[in-house]
Amino acid sequence: MNVVTLSQWQFASTIMFHWIFVPLTLGLSIMTAWMETRYVMTGDELWLRMTKFWGKLFLINFALGVVTGITMEFQFGLNWSEYSRFVGDIFGAPLAIEATVAFFMESVFIGVWIFGWNKLSKKIHAVTIWLTALATNLSALIILLANAWMQHPVGYVIRNGRAEMNDFLAVLTNEYGLIKFAHALMSGYALAAFVIMGVSAWHLLRNNETDFFKRSFRMAANWAFVASLLVGLTGDFHAAEIAEKQPEKFAAMESVWETKRNAGMSLLIIPDAKNERNAVEVFTIPSMLSYMAFREADGEIKGLKDFPKEMRPPVTPVFLSFRLMVGLGTFMILVSLAGIVISRKESFTDNRLFLSLMVFSIPVPYIAEQLGWLVAELGRQPWIVYGVMKTVDAVSKSISVTQVALSLLGFTLLYGVLGAIDIFLLVKYAKKGPDTDISNIIKVQGRG
Amino acid sequence: MDISVFQIIWFVLWGVLWAVYFMLDGFVLGSGFMAGFLAKNDTEKRVLINSVGPVWDGNEVWLVTAGGATFAAFPTTYALMFSNLYSALVLLLFALIVRGVSFEFRGKIDTTVWKKSWDTAIIVSSFLPALLFGVAFGNIFKGIPMRNDFAAINFSYDGSLVGLLNPYGLLTGVLFVLLFAVHGSLYAAIKTTGDLSRRGADLADKLWIPLLVVAVAFLGYTYPATKLYDNFLKAPVLLIVPVIAVISLLLVKVFIAKGSCHKAFLFSCLTIVFVVFTGVTGLFPNLIPSSIDPASNLTIFNSSSSLLTLKIMTVVAAIFVPIVICYKIWVYRLFRARVTEADVLENHEAY
Ligand code: HDD
Ligand code: HEM
Ligand code: HEM
Repeated sequence: MNVVTLSQWQFASTIMFHWIFVPLTLGLSIMTAWMETRYVMTGDELWLRMTKFWGKLFLINFALGVVTGITMEFQFGLNWSEYSRFVGDIFGAPLAIEATVAFFMESVFIGVWIFGWNKLSKKIHAVTIWLTALATNLSALIILLANAWMQHPVGYVIRNGRAEMNDFLAVLTNEYGLIKFAHALMSGYALAAFVIMGVSAWHLLRNNETDFFKRSFRMAANWAFVASLLVGLTGDFHAAEIAEKQPEKFAAMESVWETKRNAGMSLLIIPDAKNERNAVEVFTIPSMLSYMAFREADGEIKGLKDFPKEMRPPVTPVFLSFRLMVGLGTFMILVSLAGIVISRKESFTDNRLFLSLMVFSIPVPYIAEQLGWLVAELGRQPWIVYGVMKTVDAVSKSISVTQVALSLLGFTLLYGVLGAIDIFLLVKYAKKGPDTDISNIIKVQGRG
Repeated sequence: MDISVFQIIWFVLWGVLWAVYFMLDGFVLGSGFMAGFLAKNDTEKRVLINSVGPVWDGNEVWLVTAGGATFAAFPTTYALMFSNLYSALVLLLFALIVRGVSFEFRGKIDTTVWKKSWDTAIIVSSFLPALLFGVAFGNIFKGIPMRNDFAAINFSYDGSLVGLLNPYGLLTGVLFVLLFAVHGSLYAAIKTTGDLSRRGADLADKLWIPLLVVAVAFLGYTYPATKLYDNFLKAPVLLIVPVIAVISLLLVKVFIAKGSCHKAFLFSCLTIVFVVFTGVTGLFPNLIPSSIDPASNLTIFNSSSSLLTLKIMTVVAAIFVPIVICYKIWVYRLFRARVTEADVLENHEAY
């Protein structure tokens, strides 16, 4: 193991860990804000209890999102100092802006939201969760624009031995980043909605608080369906963007070896990377792939063989991750649609099979999230900044194998323990169900 | 405007970000590692944690911003500072991670073992950052063993974790610990009631003497150990900065003796800010000096971003930092009341 490989493992594991918590934060913050708004508008106490219950899960999850985020802020300098020096002029700015514009707002107003129940009027209190939600979404936009710059660098010139910014607007309006943001944001909303549906189904199976969980379920089903549909739609646009801007990633995602026009899309493929071909390739829809990539049937898809071997991303994992993500996405669209239709009927709580399915669907979006990033980041290799800088040239020079091995070990143990505790607490509080006693808040805030 | 104007603006902002971070997280860290002495039972511990509850995360973001600003304005410094001090900073991260989740986790399971474990975690994970930040800044003041060839883009470092634990680094570490201990105790004194509040004032009073001794030792030892005094000798008017630090420190004691802890806390804030300013003023125009070769110093001139990036960052800071300060002041005013035992026992949202 060398410093590059160990640093890649460390970066990948810490960011993937951060991303376990982030999507739920993105979605649940907005949905909690929505519930509280409904309470303020209607005065219906059930909405208040929903706000408190789902808000509590939001907070337990949030704690880990925050602390794992701090690691991210410093890792570029710790392990990737050549990268940081080379691109800092352009890549540092979004990180600083994210902290100034989004993290302050988020961390301050979440504190007010938690501790301000008896200090603020109902309306102002609801505003604080909206500000928190806005800030989390904003932070996602900014960091994804930074990430998109690594995928599709724009607005820079190579000068003074580094990449210097020459067009900030181009960085902010990087199409690659905007579509990435739309896709990632919707995936977060879908994930949160699936969590709410799953937890609600668990309680409905046990006949706990049926009014509470029916309403939660129905609300989440609508969100889940719309968001999942948009996930698929934006994902399709994203793929087309990649076909244009990162042809070797696209070829790996679809396991295409030979360059061809009118490329078909095969439903079942088993790549054989060693022999640069697909061992199995059946159920082909003619010209479909060309159409998906370029919106025209005779678009030319570049095959992997057109790229030198050392410039190709690892084909099998990228291909499998992509297929599985799309598969899970399709599953989510169908299941959430079923959720809407079935939960229309008052008696849907007797449909144990369906409710169990919803409980077991909770991990589905989580898996899809991780797979999505594997596609994006593995597919970018061997580049750290696509076409500009190789990952092997990006690593810090002053760190040793022992240092990184130890820190990787430390992160693994620490994250392992904290992650286990956090998930344990999430499950515990999810199962515990909502508090019945909200008289405290009603007392201070007044009724209706 | 010339690029050097912006480099100087960002040097000042860099100093301000660190100073404000230490001022704000200083009392969270301080009351955290002093918790064992301040709070004697579970309810008091909860009061203490809840007194920082609404603000600790917002305070920590100053650190994230200081990191981000270093990256954006002085990328070469960001790159070399973090990779050269790798092991120390990874330890620091571990501590900050544990500290952050402790607040959230502690109250979530109601058993003694669970709570006691997190109490210990809070103490250790608040103490370590205080010490490590001190050690890191002591070494930055002193310079670290690096050789940088900026023209050839070739950088090397031959220090180690153990090398950071030199007498000057350790002394600065102890200085930070004591500063935060007094700061955190005073915070407890003004934000809680009854015994807890009294103990806070008491501890601050007792720790003030060792703090003074260490502060004097630090100011003295800084002369042979670092080049920080060079700037002050060149422009004696700058001496106003350390003088304010010293006067504030003395006033802390005066006001504790008078029983007016709010004012003592205010001057403890000023002490921390001006201690950091003293160091930063002495460093100028260096961000991190090299201890072996002056040509290798990382300065604001040889490690900064381009003019365009600095300009953009200046605009962003000019718009958003005032907004941030406004809502932070609003929050501190909103939660200005002391936290009582009744508060935490009644409020289900409390940590
Ligand atoms: C709930 C999670 C989820 C689901 C169901 C999907 N995705 Fe996705 N996908 C993500 C969550 C995600 C993600 C984690 O948010 C990624 C990682 C990088 C990014 O920007 O979004 C991503 C990346 C990603 C990429 C690569 C981006 C890059 O290389 O920068 C493509 C092409 C797609 N997605 C396309 C799809 C399509 C066509 C889907 C069909 C339904 C789909 N995704 C479902
Ligand atoms: C949160 C979701 C993300 C996940 C799950 C993720 C996943 C990964 C993975 C798996 C790798 C390792 C690839 C390899 O084997 O080399 C990687 C590398 C990397 N990613 Fe991401 N990534 C995410 C977001 C980001 C963002 C937002 C940025 C930048 C702002 C980023 C920057 C990097 C860098 C610098 C590396 C290290 C160099 C490299 O190995 O290419 N990642 N990421
Ligand atoms: C896919 C990319 C990422 C997205 C969408 C994202 C989004 C978020 C969100 C929504 C939060 C709020 C809390 C939570 O997560 O529960 C957060 C926290 C944080 N993230 Fe990430 N993040 C990403 C990757 C990164 C990276 C690469 C960095 C490093 C520069 C980073 C730095 C941070 C920091 C410092 C925090 C803590 C903020 C606080 O104290 O409030 N994140 N991130």
